[in-house]
Amino acid sequence: MIPELGYAITATALLMAVWGAGAAAGSVRAGRPALLLSAERAAVGAWLGLTLAMLLLVYAFLTFDFSVRYVALNTNRGTPFYYRITALWGALEGSIVLWAWMLALYTLIAVRRYRRRQPELYPWVLAVLLGVLAFFLLVMTVPAPPFERLHPVPADGRGLNPLLEDSGMITHPVALYLGFTGFTVPFAFAMAALVTGRTGEEWIAITRRWTIVAWYFLSLGLLIGGWWSYHVLGWGGYWAWDPVENAAFMPWLTGTAFLHSVMIQERRRILRLWNLTLVILTFGLTLFGTFLTRSGIIGSVHAFTQGAIGHFFLGFLALVLLGAFSLLAWRVDRLRAQGELDSLLSRESMFLLNNLFLVAATFTVFFGTVFPLLSEAVRGVKVSVGAPYFNLVNIPVFLGLLLLMGVGPLIAWRRASWDNLRRNFVIPVAAGGGAALLARALGLGNLLVLTCLALVVFVAGAMTLDYVRAVGARRRSGDGWGAATWGLLRRQNRRYGGFVVHLGVLVIALGVAGSQAWSVQTETTVKRGEHVELAGYRVRFERLTASEESNHAKVTGVFTVANGNMRPATLLPAKKFYPQEQSPIAYVDYRLGLIEDVYLVLGDFARDGSHATIRLQVNRLVSWLWIGGLVLTLGTVLAILPDRRRPA
Amino acid sequence: MIVAALGYLVYAGVSQSVVYFVTPSELGAAPVAGKAYRLGGMVTPGSVAWDAASLRLSFVLSDGRTSVPVRHTGTAPDLFGEGRGAVVEGTWSRDGYFQSSLIMAKHSEEYKAPHDGGEPGYKELIRTLRGDGATGKP
Repeated sequence: MIPELGYAITATALLMAVWGAGAAAGSVRAGRPALLLSAERAAVGAWLGLTLAMLLLVYAFLTFDFSVRYVALNTNRGTPFYYRITALWGALEGSIVLWAWMLALYTLIAVRRYRRRQPELYPWVLAVLLGVLAFFLLVMTVPAPPFERLHPVPADGRGLNPLLEDSGMITHPVALYLGFTGFTVPFAFAMAALVTGRTGEEWIAITRRWTIVAWYFLSLGLLIGGWWSYHVLGWGGYWAWDPVENAAFMPWLTGTAFLHSVMIQERRRILRLWNLTLVILTFGLTLFGTFLTRSGIIGSVHAFTQGAIGHFFLGFLALVLLGAFSLLAWRVDRLRAQGELDSLLSRESMFLLNNLFLVAATFTVFFGTVFPLLSEAVRGVKVSVGAPYFNLVNIPVFLGLLLLMGVGPLIAWRRASWDNLRRNFVIPVAAGGGAALLARALGLGNLLVLTCLALVVFVAGAMTLDYVRAVGARRRSGDGWGAATWGLLRRQNRRYGGFVVHLGVLVIALGVAGSQAWSVQTETTVKRGEHVELAGYRVRFERLTASEESNHAKVTGVFTVANGNMRPATLLPAKKFYPQEQSPIAYVDYRLGLIEDVYLVLGDFARDGSHATIRLQVNRLVSWLWIGGLVLTLGTVLAILPDRRRPA
Repeated sequence: MIVAALGYLVYAGVSQSVVYFVTPSELGAAPVAGKAYRLGGMVTPGSVAWDAASLRLSFVLSDGRTSVPVRHTGTAPDLFGEGRGAVVEGTWSRDGYFQSSLIMAKHSEEYKAPHDGGEPGYKELIRTLRGDGATGKP
């Protein structure tokens, strides 16, 4: 019953989206507002349909309706309650449902916000949004139907991929998809701007908050993905330049470039063509990423199955790029800059350089990710491009970006005078250099970490200097420190929100550099009652225990950890045996700390519990990544607060 | 200038870190000692030997025609096992074995309905292994 109902609902929503897209576009030509109203109703209908489909699927999961193939594949009678809900987006078909639902939600928000305020752009925005939504509904109808029926109905399901039974799986896909789908709205406005010929700064001002929010969720999704990789996969790291990670990282890079370059267009009315190109690329890369991870052409935990879905995404991507760039070419004469670049030593030049670096990073990541595919297709030789390549080409680029982060926000517009440079940068440069020298004197030898530290202190110094001066100016007019800071944050929330976001990035940069340079590990076999030492920690193997959980059996190693400063703690790494899996799944245990994490993996064990092989890691500064994520969140909230200076 | 520097970085990076994927037969036909490879095949049943005290792991990878002895230090990943596919990264040693620095085991996401169960043959496994690389984290 549920399969048929779900399928009917999906098909109806698809028809509504198709009709809505056509009606919205047609309403402009025909000059008939009734058509636009009908398109809006179709948008509401599609959203309702998707909501209903999602609820239906959740219901099927909760009631173990194994006549739905997707349910049978991704749950079984032992799956805990929460994971039966998140199993909704645990595999390909359901993740498309989530994606489409979010896009439909964004479409409704766009309808509410812009139907009166942006009468010229709005119909086209709605047409584009519904067009993209129609594509995802088509995917749900033809190549990846979530409601496909399973014959005969099995007594029990296969169960969720055990790696996904984790809290990170509740939030990671949601955040990532909010980011991916969020970029559809700026893209839709860009297309509307091109179609209507209103290619000025209007669409950029309207979509500023959308872009920031999409960027934020994408960042958050990447960070949570790193956290999941760190504490579930058990290899001790958070980023491996895996094609899937790259697939999500590329739109983040171009999205970050877009976020910065629109500020230049707003202020100087240049880079119009460039900004449109960037938003098209960003949206295109979200589709490309989905193609890459969902088509099965690369292997990973995210690549579910091979099927026609790859062709659908590739076809749609081609259609989007062809259409968007044709529109761009058609309007190219309207996109000439009204201003020009005055000097290389100016804020706009620094932002351009930032864009150049980010796009360069995108290109190198893209190249490294698709090179194996190209090599196989062209030469018939299967190769792989590993982390050394990505590190080699990206580290210089990211150090350059860090430098720009300090220079960009403080250098003068148009043309920086020597006076401006002296005033803003002498102290921070001295601070950065001094910090590096001090660290060197204290025995820090790693060149990369020293460079990173110098840059981070430089950027933090430059921002602090700017803040102290601004607060000082307000204090002269009688405010106290607190009031002056509050006033500054409220009145210039965009600028200081950006500063706080940058601060978060600095914290993350230190975390990345420190964890790469200073983490240590050992792998060894330890007898019961004996201990292993690493970096001042003593890890003692106490015993093995076995237990039966709701959907798996578990062998747990009991270890006590102690060092001079901390109270002895117990770590319980385990191996989980799921009946549906061919092999056990390692379950990592760890103690997180501000400076270092103790991280313990149970590798192998003797059945009588006499010895166990463990991998013990002491990972340094990894927690700074997650702290940086929190700072990023604060900065984003600050940046999207309503603007006090120029009311929208 | 920046573009040129970047071009050089990409070129140098790719030529340094590209690793060729070979089957046991391909490796057996023309092994180059010291060169980095990814070798993919099936772990021959009965060939896995593990010494917990020294962390020495050895096994044989096969594609049905050629078998290659592999040595590794450390525990194998979760999905590793006899009769299953695995990809190892490392170098061919002059002494006639493959020294692995990284083992990646292949995880099958494909649902197998009860009626079409049964072990897939060597050919299919090798094909899927070669077709979509391998999953795993270093």
